[in-house]
Amino acid sequence: MLHLKAIEIRQGDFGLTADWCLKPGQKLAIIGPSGGGKSTLLSAIAGLVPIAHGSIIIDGRDATTLAPADRPVSLLFQEHNLFPHLTIGQNVGLGLRPDLKLSMTQQQAVENGLDKVGLAGMSARMPRSLSGGQRQRVALARALLRDKPLLMLDEPFAALGPALKTEMLELVDQIVKDTGITLLMVTHDPNDAKMIADEVSLVSGGIASQPRNTNTMFADPPPELRAYLG
Amino acid sequence: MAYRAQQITLWGVSGYGAAAFLVALSLGTLLVVARASAGGAGLGSADFAALRFTLLQALVSACLSVALAVPVARALARRNFKGRTWLITLLGAPFILPVIVAVLGLLTVYGRAGWLSDAFVWAGLERMNIYGFSGVVLAHVFFNLPLATRLFLQGWQAIPSEHFRLAAGLGMSSRDITRHLEYPMLRGILPGTFATIFLICITSFAVALTLGGGPRATTIELAIYQAFRFDFDLAKAAVLALLQFAICAAAAIFAWRLSRPATFGSGFDAPPQRWDCTGISTRLADILLLTLATLFLAAPLVVILFKGLSGLSELPVPVFQAAIRSILVALCSACITLGLALALAQTIARGARFGGFLEASGYLSLAASPMVIGSGLFIAVFPFIDPALIALPITALVNAALSLPFALRALIPVVRKAEQDFGQLADTLNMQGWQRFRLMTWPRIRPAAGFAAGLAAALSMGDLGVVALFADPDAATLPLMLYRLMGSYQMEAANGAALLLVALSLLLFWVFDRGGRMNAAS
Repeated sequence: MLHLKAIEIRQGDFGLTADWCLKPGQKLAIIGPSGGGKSTLLSAIAGLVPIAHGSIIIDGRDATTLAPADRPVSLLFQEHNLFPHLTIGQNVGLGLRPDLKLSMTQQQAVENGLDKVGLAGMSARMPRSLSGGQRQRVALARALLRDKPLLMLDEPFAALGPALKTEMLELVDQIVKDTGITLLMVTHDPNDAKMIADEVSLVSGGIASQPRNTNTMFADPPPELRAYLG
Repeated sequence: MAYRAQQITLWGVSGYGAAAFLVALSLGTLLVVARASAGGAGLGSADFAALRFTLLQALVSACLSVALAVPVARALARRNFKGRTWLITLLGAPFILPVIVAVLGLLTVYGRAGWLSDAFVWAGLERMNIYGFSGVVLAHVFFNLPLATRLFLQGWQAIPSEHFRLAAGLGMSSRDITRHLEYPMLRGILPGTFATIFLICITSFAVALTLGGGPRATTIELAIYQAFRFDFDLAKAAVLALLQFAICAAAAIFAWRLSRPATFGSGFDAPPQRWDCTGISTRLADILLLTLATLFLAAPLVVILFKGLSGLSELPVPVFQAAIRSILVALCSACITLGLALALAQTIARGARFGGFLEASGYLSLAASPMVIGSGLFIAVFPFIDPALIALPITALVNAALSLPFALRALIPVVRKAEQDFGQLADTLNMQGWQRFRLMTWPRIRPAAGFAAGLAAALSMGDLGVVALFADPDAATLPLMLYRLMGSYQMEAANGAALLLVALSLLLFWVFDRGGRMNAAS
């Protein structure tokens, strides 16, 4: 599904390598210290950051040189996922048409998408009238509508309280189950990984490690992970 | 992050187009003038007199403005009183006040037949004469004292109030506070402020045209105008233009390196609590100072208002026709400014190559003389078209180039912020070109765009510069009409036209600024 073929990212002094692949429907958590390059790895897969070497295969296609919008991925950031000057419905609708000229069917699809994330009837509201958790639900609804086989989350729930975060992770889990998409989630909290991911990759020291089963990883942490967990 | 998978679109290269256009406008016209001069002439003694006068009056004006602004800003920074907000607003007014209107106001107060002269006569003294050096300096101080005061006030307000609390705790006197808190702050701001004002005074045309003139009070810019308009001596105009360009470029680079952007609408916060300067004598000194500053700034404006009201009914029809022409020119000018500024800002903010060059092209007009641009265009077109026909379009264009630096300062940061916050999101959603601008950028930058357009419209509305070159009597703008009325001593009509002009300038600014902020998304 996702194959990182000996990729290397270079940004000044910073460097990161990865060489592994994911099967369809897998849920991978990427953990590691801040500044280690977790977000950069996601940005590279999404095409927002160039890679110096290697190639990225997504869904059987070489995506290495594709523009961000042409890659079969959806990416949720920690913040700035919604345009504050557009309504909830418009923000979701952008996932279907970047010029917002939506047909009746598409508008219906927007409403349905909002319904799936528990925000039925909210499409006319503005983002500022929603809570932080609700806003990320809107972004999830858009990702669902875009219907890309790879969903990447860049700590989108880090700013939420524990109860709300659990709720959001359960929603994501449900979505992955229903749609069979592949999930890549960046987090700094090992509990998030334990809750949702089947596999874990540790990003530290310039390497995104080969993903390993979550349970065995935490049961017998390698030295770098042990250093991170403290 | 410099990398973006960018498609090469018309939209993407618009910034380069705008930059090329601006370079052609300021440097190309200089070339046209230089080529037309063919052969070339040396500088005469009159030209050296103009150079000396230009530098001297700019130096004195900048020194006076800065020296007076420091105590006024300090008084404003440490006193809270009723009408403080009003006074700070008044400090912003000269920026959009048409020069010619201010000159008329100053003449009414300080001129030979002015109020102050009347008072002097009553006291047995001679009448004042402000034509020449003193008048030029007076007008420049009138315009730049408020500018300097605002910049310094910002500096004062940037000192954290905790520092004053700490100073009080340490038992510091006013003098200690000056030494440890205020002086270091001023040292950071003062050189840039001085250089900026110096630059403004060097390029001054309308003030020199109305209050200066003659062999002893001619600026280079005015000399260029005279070389064209009266002698049609292209060689001399070209040499003067090159001289002017060199001086302005030097001053502009100097000012740019030293200065920080002035933010508008700031300085309204209440001053921090102070425990020093509570003595009766410093308090009286501050009150006196603020009163004098207010009188100095408000008197010419009040005069315009009162004299103008009675003159409004006397206005001849051509004045209204000129007003309509001016509004059209101002609107076109605002559109051109906004178009150029957005094209440049868009391309710069997306981390395009040669961003520095693009930005510099927008600031070229600070060094290029509007007279040179105007006359270059004049020479370029007059074999083909009657210059009088395109006098107004050229005026709109030149005014737009002159407003561009202000527009860029307002727009580049907000466009950059929009790209930073939402650029990646737009990339992943395939929002490109016009759709990206319409749905992402524009809603984020609308307030700044409205402000920039308002400023450009007001500046163009009040500008008396390049339009004087072409000076077709039947196609005058309102400022030019006002200048002619003053020249022919039709003071009633002049006062009315001045009020009309200032009202229209403020109105244009208000409409754009307000329109930009109305229903703006937060």
